[in-house]
Amino acid sequence: MATVETRALRKEFTGHTTAVDGVDLVINEGEFLVLLGPSGCGKTTLLRMIAGLETQTSGDILIGGRVVNELPPRARKIAMVFQSYALYPHLSVASNIAFPLKAQGAPRNSIAGEVERAAKMFGIERLLQRKPRQLSGGERQRVALARAMVRHPDVFLLDEPLSNLDAKLRNLARDELKQFQRRLGTTTIYVTHDQVEAMGLGDRIAVMSGGKVRQLGPPQDVYDEPADTFVAGFLGSPPMNLVHVDGVLVGFRPEQLLPPSAVSGDGSGPTVPMRFAVERVEHLGAGRLLYGTLPDLAPNDKIIVSLAYTVHSTIEAGHAYDFRVHQSNLKFFDPESGLRVPARPLPARRSA
Amino acid sequence: MTAPALARLRWNERAAGVTDSTRWLGTIMLAPAVVYIALVVAVPFLMAIGYSFSSVTIGTSTPRFVGLENFKDALEDPAFLKSLGNTAIFSLVSQTLVIVLASILAIALQRKFRGKWLVRLLILLPWVAPISLGSIGWLWIFDPVYSVINWTLRHVGIFGPDTWPIWLGQPNLAMASIIGVHVWRTLPLATIISLGGLSSIPQDIHDAAEVDGAGFFRHLFVITLPLVLPILLVAVLFGLVFSITDMIVVYVLTRGGPFDSTQVLASLAFFKSIDGGDLSGGAAVALFLLPVLAVCAVLLLRIARRAEVV
Repeated sequence: MATVETRALRKEFTGHTTAVDGVDLVINEGEFLVLLGPSGCGKTTLLRMIAGLETQTSGDILIGGRVVNELPPRARKIAMVFQSYALYPHLSVASNIAFPLKAQGAPRNSIAGEVERAAKMFGIERLLQRKPRQLSGGERQRVALARAMVRHPDVFLLDEPLSNLDAKLRNLARDELKQFQRRLGTTTIYVTHDQVEAMGLGDRIAVMSGGKVRQLGPPQDVYDEPADTFVAGFLGSPPMNLVHVDGVLVGFRPEQLLPPSAVSGDGSGPTVPMRFAVERVEHLGAGRLLYGTLPDLAPNDKIIVSLAYTVHSTIEAGHAYDFRVHQSNLKFFDPESGLRVPARPLPARRSA
Repeated sequence: MTAPALARLRWNERAAGVTDSTRWLGTIMLAPAVVYIALVVAVPFLMAIGYSFSSVTIGTSTPRFVGLENFKDALEDPAFLKSLGNTAIFSLVSQTLVIVLASILAIALQRKFRGKWLVRLLILLPWVAPISLGSIGWLWIFDPVYSVINWTLRHVGIFGPDTWPIWLGQPNLAMASIIGVHVWRTLPLATIISLGGLSSIPQDIHDAAEVDGAGFFRHLFVITLPLVLPILLVAVLFGLVFSITDMIVVYVLTRGGPFDSTQVLASLAFFKSIDGGDLSGGAAVALFLLPVLAVCAVLLLRIARRAEVV
């Protein structure tokens, strides 16, 4: 178990592209940190630098308080799970799991026991004699995890380990992964582009874009209080609505603009009325998505509203309705820089 | 494009033709290769089989069937037995060297270093040079009087004044020399094949081995070489078949001498049938290793197919 720290970490690739642009992170002991961002944001490069698979252009990496800049991967007491799992295709599952132990020079008679224990932990005892190609995607993922944890690393590095699983399996695997991490208490850095995984797994999330960390914080904070329009637009499905009102960007989540009957009036602050012109209604089983505009406030910006199935109001396309949103749910951003600005009152409702 | 221009476009409504039919198109595309192989390989091969069971010589017009007589004669001929042994030594030693050297070169070439393109070019050079020209070059290098090897070694002081080996004139040295030249010319292909095999291993596998703590030798012998083995086997297959059936190096450098010490089956067959006129005897010698080659090919292909590179 160890802390991981990066200080002003930069990586430039030849051709002068900056993949990671001055990242300062402190990951606490036993913490589950998720690096979240779109492809090309530098999250995988950052992880590979921490692993020692890429050399940083400048900056420092500390694991357990020790600078590891010059250490090869094998000396950093880390284990990594790759997106492709990178199982050794010519070795049996048992040999795959035993490989790090053998490489470490573990005593011969202890290896079988350790492999057994790791296999048991991930429920793959009966697969030990198989070759990787004889395994399903979920089984491969477990083997990769078993191989990573078998020698008790200080830090787990996971690079999109769930993205090769089908959707059904992914939820299950996510839950298991979180439970293993809790039980082992190993510091974990997890790279993903999937915000649902990030929200579900992370103790904290670092949202990355353009090689920089845009926001770092617990999932709910990042979701509720986005630091800029990138974070606001990246998290949430559908993402936060952003509309131009009087030279400022006003944001609110699709599930926060509601028919008056569904807005809780129980002292959770004042609400703001918004006229919502519905253009299209999608029935998604678990709820409805409404597409439309706010004709009074920002007639040119499309917005999406998400209604849970518990909201029974009749909504039809082609009609306009009076919806309400809690004042506290409105976030304000500078349209130029995209950064958060202090809340301000909305202009009085214009006459239509 | 404007709307009227679009309206002028016509759908191609022609009925399915020959080029739409997988069967016909396939046949047409394959035909040149099949015809070529039939005329240049299959027909001479069948003729050779016919010859080996007959008494045909360059002079006869009415050969007769003699059964296995030619094969029996060959087996009783000391020159044949000597050539058989030489072929085995020549092929096995040269290909063992080639595989080891090609693996080392390929692994070295996978790394990034300055001037890599030049090294690559130099390694490929023996393969692109016409083999007869290359061999003639070696003939000069091995020259009994002007050998540049001897000259160099004497000037750097490794050879004393009385040491002046005749590379192609002393039986053991001659064998070593032709093996050396053969390694020189077959190394490029094996290197390229190995390099192809190496680059087919995903980077993730190498990264995983690195993170899992493997040092250089464990990485090489437990991960890289086993994964590249099927491809290496293909290189061995090519090399062996090529070595067993080839005679250019021997022909140019030694003509099989001295005292048949570098005679291989391919060169013996050539001298017997073309120079000596004994077509049937030469055919028997040439076909002698066919079963060995066939078994060799089938075995290696099966191994190569069963093993998998990820």
